[in-house]
Amino acid sequence: MTNTAAASVSRPKRRFKLTKRVFSYPYVLFMLLFVVIPLVMILVNAFLDTDNNLTLDNFADFFTDSSSLIILANSLLVGVITTAICLIIGYPLSYILSKMPSGRVLVLFYVLPMWVNFLIRTLATKAIFIAMDVNLGMGTVIFGMVYNYLPFMILPLHTTLSSIDRSYIEAAQDLGADNSTVFLKTVLPLSVSGIISGITMVFIPTISTFAISQLLSNGKIFLFGDSIQMKFEQGLYGVGSIMSLVMLVFVLVSNFIINRAGRKSGLSIGRSLW
Amino acid sequence: MSDNIIEIRNVTKTYGAKDAVKNASLNIKRGEFVTLLGPSGCGKTTTLRMIAGFEMPTSGQIIFDGEDITNLPPHLRRVNTVFQKYALFPHLNVFNNIAFGLKMKLIPNGTKTNRKGEEVQLYRKYTKAEIKAKVDNALRMVDLEDYGHRGVSSLSGGQQQRVAIARAIVNEPEVLLLDEPLGALDLKMRKDMQLELMDMHKRLGITFVYVTHDQEEALTMSDKIVVMRDGVIQQIATPETVYDEPANAFVADFIGESNILSGVMLEDYKVEFADTVFECVDKGFKRNEPIDVIIRPEDLKIRDKDNPKTILTATVLSSVFKGDHYQVTLMAGENELIAHDTATYEVGSTVGLYIKPFDLHIMHKARVINEIDTEMAEENAVWISDGKFECNCPFEAGTPVRVKVDFDDVIITDDEEDGVIGATVVSSIYKGSYYQCIVRTDDYYDFFVDTDDDWLKGDRVGINIAPEKIIVERREVTDEAENAAPAPVADQTEESPFAEENAAAPSPEEDRKSEEAGE
Repeated sequence: MTNTAAASVSRPKRRFKLTKRVFSYPYVLFMLLFVVIPLVMILVNAFLDTDNNLTLDNFADFFTDSSSLIILANSLLVGVITTAICLIIGYPLSYILSKMPSGRVLVLFYVLPMWVNFLIRTLATKAIFIAMDVNLGMGTVIFGMVYNYLPFMILPLHTTLSSIDRSYIEAAQDLGADNSTVFLKTVLPLSVSGIISGITMVFIPTISTFAISQLLSNGKIFLFGDSIQMKFEQGLYGVGSIMSLVMLVFVLVSNFIINRAGRKSGLSIGRSLW
Repeated sequence: MSDNIIEIRNVTKTYGAKDAVKNASLNIKRGEFVTLLGPSGCGKTTTLRMIAGFEMPTSGQIIFDGEDITNLPPHLRRVNTVFQKYALFPHLNVFNNIAFGLKMKLIPNGTKTNRKGEEVQLYRKYTKAEIKAKVDNALRMVDLEDYGHRGVSSLSGGQQQRVAIARAIVNEPEVLLLDEPLGALDLKMRKDMQLELMDMHKRLGITFVYVTHDQEEALTMSDKIVVMRDGVIQQIATPETVYDEPANAFVADFIGESNILSGVMLEDYKVEFADTVFECVDKGFKRNEPIDVIIRPEDLKIRDKDNPKTILTATVLSSVFKGDHYQVTLMAGENELIAHDTATYEVGSTVGLYIKPFDLHIMHKARVINEIDTEMAEENAVWISDGKFECNCPFEAGTPVRVKVDFDDVIITDDEEDGVIGATVVSSIYKGSYYQCIVRTDDYYDFFVDTDDDWLKGDRVGINIAPEKIIVERREVTDEAENAAPAPVADQTEESPFAEENAAAPSPEEDRKSEEAGE
């Protein structure tokens, strides 16, 4: 016993040990390469002019350019409208699906289009609109957005709604609630977590989306994502970076607001995706 | 108006092809504490849910206070339920959970005369102050005065239980339905809550309908016990009667420990079992009718074997200390008996046994022979539940026949494949020297089988019968024999093999499903 103990002590302690921490290394590396470094690059670019001199002109350029601000406002508006329509379509649909025994399978049908690349889907939608002689504009853009992001609304809502215990509904009925009261006083409050994560998953990607608006409006409608892309294409790295930062701030702020709203309604039940 | 608040009339509830509740009839008196008692899957929860309105009976009627409420939705019924897992709303705090029902309630608020000159009843909602007063009162009733603002998930099981009760009683229902409300609590808490519930029942003076599988709970709390099994009501009686005069071997076996022995009623007041003739207080049986004798362990008195009162001598097999008594296992001839005694006895010693005539409970046997109406498959073979059993009988194929097989002539095989037909063990009751099992074939015929082994409930087994043991009689075909009407009083169903045969009883899987639906 003592022999082996002594032997193990004398051996150099440089042996590689497979601890839990080791498994995180690839992810840390990935995060560094693809998240942290690009962010730092954006941050640095935001303060550099074309000749790589330190400057604050980029900020001034963006915040005094009314067209950029209008595009930003437009993006937010499209995001809000898309999210609202997704919720209005998605909630009743998820509710009906959650009550059906075959709901789980039917949800799959709504998710199925996501397996096709969104660019291909959007181009196909455009082709259909053109074939139907529909004017490409705001309407078609919002249609495309809703079409693309509806599954992200349905999935969390369906998960939450179908995990609501039937006994809550029975308890409400037992206490004298008719069907509409049962819905308003139990089902709706109990599904708030699903609504919150649905909104998060639709609103945040829509305000930063690009390509969909360009394709479905024949380049007429320009959203924030599109204009960031254009700025970088034109080599205006400084302004593009500023706009990316503004976008990031909006994403963080909306995430924060949505989370606060969720916490306020006191949600300990129901699983959300976020 | 009768003093029955709830009348359940011939109610049947069918899930798919299986009956969860079969032709149940039950009257509940105003102010009574009624317990529905039975093993899981016996239909007790389904019955309660039909009273609450969550399930609609497939047939039959439910009368509430003289009014037919069979098809009334739950929110219009004047009953409230305490759910098994409480079902407290997680998004509301304790106060709002309790106030949930009050906020929706409409109360009469005088009358006015409308344009046509008719009197119209006016309603209003409770005011905030009224709701607060009522909720505070309910909280006081369950000893949770300071918990109104607390979230329900921060409460312990016992506290959640109390909130659930407060939420139900605050609405002042005429009937409170309780679905195994104490099932999730630990033993000590359960005992306390039992007493509290009984006290609450007295104070409120409303009717309680209580569902439990715990026989002790039922005996402690109820004014009336309804014992159920396989969707059929076995007995409706006071706790004392259910315990002392069980309607059949199942009830006796389910309610407390008991010795169940096969015997023969020699004549009025005289019964023979364990090779001994006993005096008893029962009469009205046929001469030499085979019967079941039930003796509660505490009624089996152990004496000195030379004691003049000794009727039966037995050898002590074991003696186990159980806290307030010793459980003594005895062997009297071929019969194993269990007695409860304050003293212990040496293992292997011979003792005398004495039973007061009053403590011998004698019951008709559920069935004395397995009888099946079927037809011949071919010469020397008969159909029994999809299986071709060989027999010594020259009738030609297709002849309608009645087949009789003695309990101990049915042979159960461990492997389903070894038997001519497969079956599921439904119950197994120890009868002193053998086990009486009920095995159910796939087409719901119940075979009564006497075996030496204890078969596990729910196991699949095979059934064999020796050809010479099958008694075949030619049968006159009448409609009556094919379709015996379901027995109106549930207790009799046990005695009528046809009812068992025709009415599909839930299989274990289906049981679980219906129970789940019930919870």
